[in-house]
Amino acid sequence: MAEPIRLRVKLEGDVAEVRVLIGHPMETGLRKDPKSGELVPLHFIKSVTATLNGKPVLAAQWSQAMSRNPYLQFRIKGAKADDEVGIEWVDNRGESNRARAKVPAAG
Amino acid sequence: MRSTALNTKPDLRLSRRSFLALSAAVLAAALRPLHAWAGEWNKAAFDARNVNDALKSAGILNPAASADIVIKAPEIAENGAQVPVDILSKLPGTDTVYIFVDKNPQPFVGSFDFLNGAEAFISTRIKMGETSNLRVVVRAGGKHFVATREIKVTIGGCGA
Repeated sequence: MAEPIRLRVKLEGDVAEVRVLIGHPMETGLRKDPKSGELVPLHFIKSVTATLNGKPVLAAQWSQAMSRNPYLQFRIKGAKADDEVGIEWVDNRGESNRARAKVPAAG
Repeated sequence: MRSTALNTKPDLRLSRRSFLALSAAVLAAALRPLHAWAGEWNKAAFDARNVNDALKSAGILNPAASADIVIKAPEIAENGAQVPVDILSKLPGTDTVYIFVDKNPQPFVGSFDFLNGAEAFISTRIKMGETSNLRVVVRAGGKHFVATREIKVTIGGCGA
């Protein structure tokens, strides 16, 4: 079961500021398990997509060199209150997760 | 088609042929990648072991140095496993930002495509194995531009 995604959206004027924190180990395949001494297999998010009201706004392709529990902040122009921001990722094992959040009123 | 005095409604059942056609269309839609619009994961670029091969595989040739790519990153990163990086492109028509760390075992860290009104800005955290140039390439108006920044790493982040 994939760890949760933390998704925060703030509206400033017509720009939605989106902050995403994804729970994922992002294993490089180079790290040794401290107990067994064996290498932990490569396990990382390959693609992340963001949408506004279902329309794609950001498409990212990643390597294992993105940090553990990846953080991503980006901005969507032309957003308004009650719009819906969606985030979805897929990793190299085919596991995936998604989250949605409403754009709050500007404040 | 059946149509009797007792049943005057139009027959809404699908013919066998249109049912098969519809099934095929639904199946095709289901088999299509989730986001056909998303860029392909460029295996050759991600697997490349040096930055020149990675750039070439990503289709980036002779990018022009640009002061309109603004990189915000620490001069010295104490923890190579979590190096904060902010990138803003002021180049008009920016559609992709690529991040490379020259001295990482596999230098290509990731690419970010901006679509439908996303601003050409990202803030994220990356891993760096050792002190290296951070190389940010921007594709704007069909051309490639680059900015580099040296980041000194105290404790490498590849085994993290």
